[in-house]
Amino acid sequence: MAREITYRDALREALREEMYRDERVFLMGEDIGAYGGSYAVTRGFVQEFGPDRVRDTPIAELGIVGLGIGAAIGGLRPVVELMTINFSLLAIDQIVNHLAKIYYMFNGQFTAPVVVRTVEGFGQLAATHSQFFENYFAYVPGLRVVAPAVPKDAKGLLKAAIRGNDPVIFIEHSLIYRNRGVVPDGEDFVLPLEGAEVRREGQDVTLVSWLRGYYLALGAAEELARAGIECEVIDLRVLRPLDIETIVRSVQKTNRLVIIEEGWKSFGVGAEIAAAVQERALDDLDAPILRVASVEVPMPYARNLERLVVPNKDRVIEAVREVLYRRLPVPAAD
Amino acid sequence: MTSTVDGQLPGVALPKSELLEMYRLMVLIRRFEEVAAEQYALGKIAGFLHLYIGEEAVAVGAIRAMDPADHLVTHYRDHGYALALGLDPRRCMAELFGKATGLVGGRGGSMHFADASKHYWGGYAIVAGLLPIAAGLGLASKYLNQRRVAVAIFGDGATNNGAFHEALNFAALWKLPVLFLCENNQYGMGTAVQYASAVREMYRKACAYDIPAEQVDGQDVIAVYEATKRALEHCRSGNGPYFLEALTFRYRGHSMADPETYRSKDEVEEWRRHRDPVIRLREQLVTHNVATLEELAALDQAVEEAVAEAVRFADESPEPDPATLTQFVYADPITIG
Ligand SMILES: Cc1ncc(C[n+]2csc(CCOP(=O)(O)OP(=O)(O)O)c2C)c(N)n1
Ligand SMILES: [Mg+2]
Repeated sequence: MAREITYRDALREALREEMYRDERVFLMGEDIGAYGGSYAVTRGFVQEFGPDRVRDTPIAELGIVGLGIGAAIGGLRPVVELMTINFSLLAIDQIVNHLAKIYYMFNGQFTAPVVVRTVEGFGQLAATHSQFFENYFAYVPGLRVVAPAVPKDAKGLLKAAIRGNDPVIFIEHSLIYRNRGVVPDGEDFVLPLEGAEVRREGQDVTLVSWLRGYYLALGAAEELARAGIECEVIDLRVLRPLDIETIVRSVQKTNRLVIIEEGWKSFGVGAEIAAAVQERALDDLDAPILRVASVEVPMPYARNLERLVVPNKDRVIEAVREVLYRRLPVPAAD
Repeated sequence: MTSTVDGQLPGVALPKSELLEMYRLMVLIRRFEEVAAEQYALGKIAGFLHLYIGEEAVAVGAIRAMDPADHLVTHYRDHGYALALGLDPRRCMAELFGKATGLVGGRGGSMHFADASKHYWGGYAIVAGLLPIAAGLGLASKYLNQRRVAVAIFGDGATNNGAFHEALNFAALWKLPVLFLCENNQYGMGTAVQYASAVREMYRKACAYDIPAEQVDGQDVIAVYEATKRALEHCRSGNGPYFLEALTFRYRGHSMADPETYRSKDEVEEWRRHRDPVIRLREQLVTHNVATLEELAALDQAVEEAVAEAVRFADESPEPDPATLTQFVYADPITIG
């Protein structure tokens, strides 16, 4: 059995079910209780579970993550919320220098199974509130970085993150909370914390993305299909560990790759994917790997300018046409 | 005047055995550190080596006052805490040597001692970074209705960092059982307290969060022990956090690389000669007939042998197996890639 629910409700179900399943699971973050969560993911939770398990915190991101680490070492299963990924920069020392290191540095003696939920996105929020930092975390050994695009993954991966023994950075997207999708019933629906998924098959070009980028890829694929171009669409779902095999297998079929990411192109997740693919499948590529990414400026407020910055469906289509029809320079005949 | 009970110090309820154990542990730390410095010079130890010489009474007094179930997290100047907890000096030395038999298998070195079986959740090398973690351990204790206190040991330098203030606020706000124990050794690396902190007494910083706080003579192991006992009782009884500032001094450089251009030899000599915690306890024990010089000399001798044995053990131990390099990055399996 399965139902169609929103991405937000999928997250809510995951949290509620895990809180009922395991008393050690508790939530902590800014305005998650009385206010109901900035994106309403935890609305009603404090009434349901009480203030010990749904803890409103001061505006102290470093402290929120740090307390999560200590609580996890002390035997709890904290799910901490950073209001948006922009504020994760204030917690990055706790995440990178502490959370990611504890298991290895202390020789496997103990773990800190903290789930850090956070969200990225944009919407005329200007330069400091419209950033994409998944690459900051995906860079770090010891962290798992999850970025689900569809409700089924939002639920199954969040439950897996809470039940697992590793620290997880769980990244949501503010513009897809209302997206609907089919989610299997049952409290034991849990997904493995790894592996990309091919969500649309095609033989002409591979599109790789995650979070909202996945929907851009899907939209472009549908439009291109009407023109007779069949895109294979891969949703990464998990950025670390990165499932490069699934991408390579697809590229071996399509020989072309376009990566869609909302962050800046330089030093981003797309750069890592492109490098990893050419290491394994250079001979399979018939065109340069292209990345559709944000223009490299701090995000402007004005609607028209903001639209110029972030990737859209048309830019994905343009990139697909380019990898399909680009003429490689012909070597001059002697 | 309190009357003297045989085998006790005046006004101090501790039995002779505990007093001698405190003495032994302080001498052990002192000698362990001196020998570690020698081994560093011989190239057996590398990287950062932060010695605890001069500050022994803080670790010993505080840690002997803890319950076995209490949590401990500390900063990186951590050999003394491990030894005061009773961890094996051989495994401590082996960690400095980067050997497989070290406390953390050669993964951490000097700054990252830990032993989960003693609830010592580690030495942390990012100044002040351990403080929110300590508050989190306090949160776990309270959430699980345990009577465990989380003890955090850190330096004066940490009190100027945001993580310190976030942690104190959280601990006070949620009345968490956390003992913040600040070792004010007058310097953060080469910067004297008055050049780094608007307030010279660290304990006064706790008042902004309504956390009860006091200063204690960190060169007096008994005073540290008694203050810590009281502080722990406060935390254990559900009254929230407590802040202790131990006034102390490090005799050696910040690390082995420190040329010590920022302070005078006289300043160091002054503390060594007149405020040394080991000499102080030795004199107390002898003056009050708790122990004879011969008894103490026997303890000194045993320490000497234990430290020599630690070096021998560390030297003879194998290096970490290269096959373990990628072990313990993740606790759960990864099947892709
Ligand atoms: C966040 C951070 N900044 C700088 C350093 C470099 N550093 C290591 S120890 C230290 C001084 C710390 O002084 P204090 O907290 O008083 O401890 P002490 O070394 O005196 O025991 C500094 C600046 C660091 N490890 N972490
Ligand atoms: Mg200091």
